[in-house]
Amino acid sequence: MSVNITFLVVTGVLLAAGFYLVLERTLTRVLLGIMLLGNGINLLLLTSGGRKGAAPLFNPEVPADEYSDPLPQALILTAIVITFAVTAFLLAMIYRSWTLTSADELTDDTEDIKVSQKTAYDEEEDSPVAEDTTEFVDEEGRPVREGEE
Amino acid sequence: MLIILTALFVTALSCPLIFRALKRNGFYVVAVVPAVGFIWLLTRMPAVLSADNSLANGAPNAPPSVQMEWIPGLNIALNFRMDSLAATILLLILGVGALVLFYCARYFKNDDPQIGGFAAKMVAFAGAMTGLVTADDIIIMFIFWEITSVLSYLLIGFSQALITARRSAMNALIITTLGGLVMLAGILMLGAAAGSYQLSEILASADALVAMGTFTDVAVALIIVGAISKSALVPFHFWLPGAMAAPTPVSAYLHAAAMVKAGVYLIARLAPGFAETALWAPMTVGIGILTMLIGGYRALKQYDLKLILAFGTVSQLGFIIAVFGFGTHEAAFAALAMTLAHGLFKATLFLSVGIIDHNTGTRDIRKLTGLGRVMPILATTTGIAAASMAGVPLLFGFVAKEAVYEAALHLDTGWSLAALIGILLGAALTMAYSLRFFFGAFGVKKKKLPALQCKAPTLIFLAPLLVLSAATLFLGLYPQLVEPLAIHWSAAQGGPGKMHLLPFAGFNAALGLSAISVGLGLCFFWLRHRTDTGAPLRRMITSAEEIYRMSVNVLDKAAIWITGRTQRGSLSFYLGVILVVVLVIPLAIALTVYTPWPTNWIIADHPAQLLIGAVIIAGAVVAITAPKRFMAVLMVSVTGYGMVAIFALQGAPDLALTQLLVETIVLVSFVLALRALPKRLWVGLTKIKWGRAILAISLALMVVYIAIAMMAARTEARISLAWPDLAYYDGFGKNIVNVALVDMRVWDTFGEITVLSAAATGVASLIFAGRSFGNRVRAHHVAPGSIDAGSEAIGTKDSKETELRIARRFASSSNQDWLMAGNTLVAERRSIIFEVVTRLMFHTVLIMSVYTLLTGHNTPGGGFAGGLIAGLALTIRYLAGGRVELSESMRIAPGMLIGGGIALAGLAGIVPLLLGDGIFTTYALEFWFFGEHKFVSSTIFDIGVYLVVLGLVQDVLRSLGSEIDSLSEGRSPVDRHDEIQSSRTGVGR
Repeated sequence: MSVNITFLVVTGVLLAAGFYLVLERTLTRVLLGIMLLGNGINLLLLTSGGRKGAAPLFNPEVPADEYSDPLPQALILTAIVITFAVTAFLLAMIYRSWTLTSADELTDDTEDIKVSQKTAYDEEEDSPVAEDTTEFVDEEGRPVREGEE
Repeated sequence: MLIILTALFVTALSCPLIFRALKRNGFYVVAVVPAVGFIWLLTRMPAVLSADNSLANGAPNAPPSVQMEWIPGLNIALNFRMDSLAATILLLILGVGALVLFYCARYFKNDDPQIGGFAAKMVAFAGAMTGLVTADDIIIMFIFWEITSVLSYLLIGFSQALITARRSAMNALIITTLGGLVMLAGILMLGAAAGSYQLSEILASADALVAMGTFTDVAVALIIVGAISKSALVPFHFWLPGAMAAPTPVSAYLHAAAMVKAGVYLIARLAPGFAETALWAPMTVGIGILTMLIGGYRALKQYDLKLILAFGTVSQLGFIIAVFGFGTHEAAFAALAMTLAHGLFKATLFLSVGIIDHNTGTRDIRKLTGLGRVMPILATTTGIAAASMAGVPLLFGFVAKEAVYEAALHLDTGWSLAALIGILLGAALTMAYSLRFFFGAFGVKKKKLPALQCKAPTLIFLAPLLVLSAATLFLGLYPQLVEPLAIHWSAAQGGPGKMHLLPFAGFNAALGLSAISVGLGLCFFWLRHRTDTGAPLRRMITSAEEIYRMSVNVLDKAAIWITGRTQRGSLSFYLGVILVVVLVIPLAIALTVYTPWPTNWIIADHPAQLLIGAVIIAGAVVAITAPKRFMAVLMVSVTGYGMVAIFALQGAPDLALTQLLVETIVLVSFVLALRALPKRLWVGLTKIKWGRAILAISLALMVVYIAIAMMAARTEARISLAWPDLAYYDGFGKNIVNVALVDMRVWDTFGEITVLSAAATGVASLIFAGRSFGNRVRAHHVAPGSIDAGSEAIGTKDSKETELRIARRFASSSNQDWLMAGNTLVAERRSIIFEVVTRLMFHTVLIMSVYTLLTGHNTPGGGFAGGLIAGLALTIRYLAGGRVELSESMRIAPGMLIGGGIALAGLAGIVPLLLGDGIFTTYALEFWFFGEHKFVSSTIFDIGVYLVVLGLVQDVLRSLGSEIDSLSEGRSPVDRHDEIQSSRTGVGR
């Protein structure tokens, strides 16, 4: 199949710009990066469908291979709408993060940092415990007996 | 067979109800189920004993079996088969199970809230064991095997408050599931080689499999690893003493009679076919006898009665597995008898310990004294069981052990003498720890101990022990009752032989061996206090547990080290790592293997593409370097609108339409959401970071490179060549893309709209953040000119006074309502032109959206485009009239729209099912209405899509628009929108 150079170049630029932006720490720029990536990948899908053809509206006169490929189109249509939903979600997230931290930045996860500084000692696994010789004790280790028997 | 299995699991499920009503007496009720199963099993014995074990399922005279298809594609079937081995073990499982449950009724406290769940697990366990031994499909067997591991975990950890119980439970789970996983590998290897997962078929083709050599050797060895981990053989033995943290009935049932027998069962099951494989004898006989000796020795060093029994069990399991491992028919005969004998006496002993613990409050033999006088009946029954364990004549344990000696004497392998001596020593140790147990529990100690305050157990508490001991005694005198089962099973290994179980077989070599072992055992017991010569040995032996601990520790440390190095808390770092991997691996593969390269290049399909491409490239580059946030947003929009043009030129009208609409709504959303963020947050962001830039450019080049190779690699015609006809003749629509979405690929679309609904919910939750979504605001409840005061003034200081005055006059005039809630806005915020235009356009746009929806099947459009157009109509109303206008113009909550949309789409899928067709079948209805028309049922699905999309847009407007408006009201647009300092006074202030 013939390959459309213009589309490939445009795809490349959109993807490069998108990847560059998603690697930033500013949420708004990350979102813009995701949108550029979405456009780039949509274009890539379209390119993979081959050369331009008739709009995929059925006409008994037109042979099947003269339509532009409807399969990538169905995929792209879905992708466009999903990207819209994701964008809206991220916008809400940016706003929320702004009201909470007065910033538009990704901060390091303190829980992750805590985990990375943990020692191998684990109370549940490693603390020494005395052996019991009866089941019939209460939490403080006092023996309990049943009254009725 | 299946009825028993089902009845056990159903009973387990109904336990909570039973126990709520009956408290601990509920145990009597649930004990009936295995008891009935036991009796049923006895009635089936003639059929089991008259069957020929070598026959395939379903053949006349084959053992009773049940066959059901389950996953034919994977060759897995719900096949169950009851031959004499399964029946023998099942007798133990059901018989001991019923007695242990009966015993529990007096063991637990009446008001213990946990006993319902406890009983459920015990009964479910009986069910799982039943399934395990009767399953003919080895995969099904494995599933039951794992269920028993999980139930064992839950039961050991019964006392959740105790750290010992939790830790032991975890150890047992890790070890048995580790063994289980190893075993699964072996099972799959064996099944793949045999071409069947039916145990009966695998065993039938055992000769051919053994001839395969190493492959089968390894497979069988892996399965043995599973068996010995389950049966607590060295080096996995230490989990079993740990499991004594479980309530004693659990120990009696799972860790003496039933679960640990699963490993024994598996060895017994495989012995007829695979005893000849290379690793069989060392792994069963070798490890078995080693375990017998280590267990017996350790038992002599314990002071806790339960631990004496636990190590004794380890020892006995090693013993039984070793004997099954001999692989002769005599050995199979003797080992099966020994399995039964062990189940009977060990369960008795555990239950006895339970009573002692229950009534005295300790199991420590250094504290117990004179119990024999207080509890004579208990002492007698326990004594019978202990004597059977020790191998005292006239008891069942003795009879079985004699048969074992007989089998060992007839072995003719290189290691038979070593095995015999090992067993002899093991038996002597057994004798010794039996004495230690009995006198430890009931004897009077030399040292003066404080007398124990305790009562004798009631008869009903003792009843299960009496039954078990009676069986031990009775079968010792009349072993011919179980002899046929053992003989029948041993026939599988080259019988029939002349073996017999006899209470007294005359003065023969076996009796001599028994005498020697008893004598030695008495010596051991007598010498027990003298020396501790075994200390170095003991250190060596405990090392198994230490190695386990150490390996777990090493694992912990490695995990923490790796986590610390990789999970540093920075999302950008994670993303960078992911992207580097995404870059390196595909690129390495693409560069090392042959990649096709296209021969046919074109610059562009249409000259205009060059121009559009240039615009998009410019947009993308400026988006990175734009000095202001909104400029960057606009530049991204430029790339989006560029895509619209590309779609239009490339023959994709649906895409062009949808992208155009989405791009517009996204732009509005951006402005709404980011208006609060101050300019300073953008400062310094546009400096190019070269590291990132290089990674980003490399990634883009890699993707493009692979895309080119992918396009060049294409050899087949595209799959969508069939789509036009499919769309028109089967989907009744001309718009192929739309038919693909609502018919051919309808599941994808259904999935997508659920994602949309999740995103919409997420947006609302993030913005409303715990505040109520509130009731709909009505315009006449709001004071005119009160909304958006001070926040978004059109007129600032430089705006002309007259302009403002006109606006104010317009705002205060009551008879010129272009919009329903236009006059709720402050004057500065109103625009007469916008309001009038909105009034003129709104309904037209709505009608257009419905038209686009309904004709989408044949012309560009459909639910997505229609929904977006309707959403734009709402957007205009909101922008012109403010948030009250939005709530006036759409009186249905977005949640209703979205939920209704998904329900409608789902209905379009389900209704055809009710009509007897496949899910999402499409129908067409032709009718006349000023011309021929077709109504296609997938339009209903599309209406669902329309509603979901409309709901999403409405949610976005309500959250990013209205709610942020009301949060920022009365403040400068760039103030912090903290809830804390928010002074919302509600509507109508």
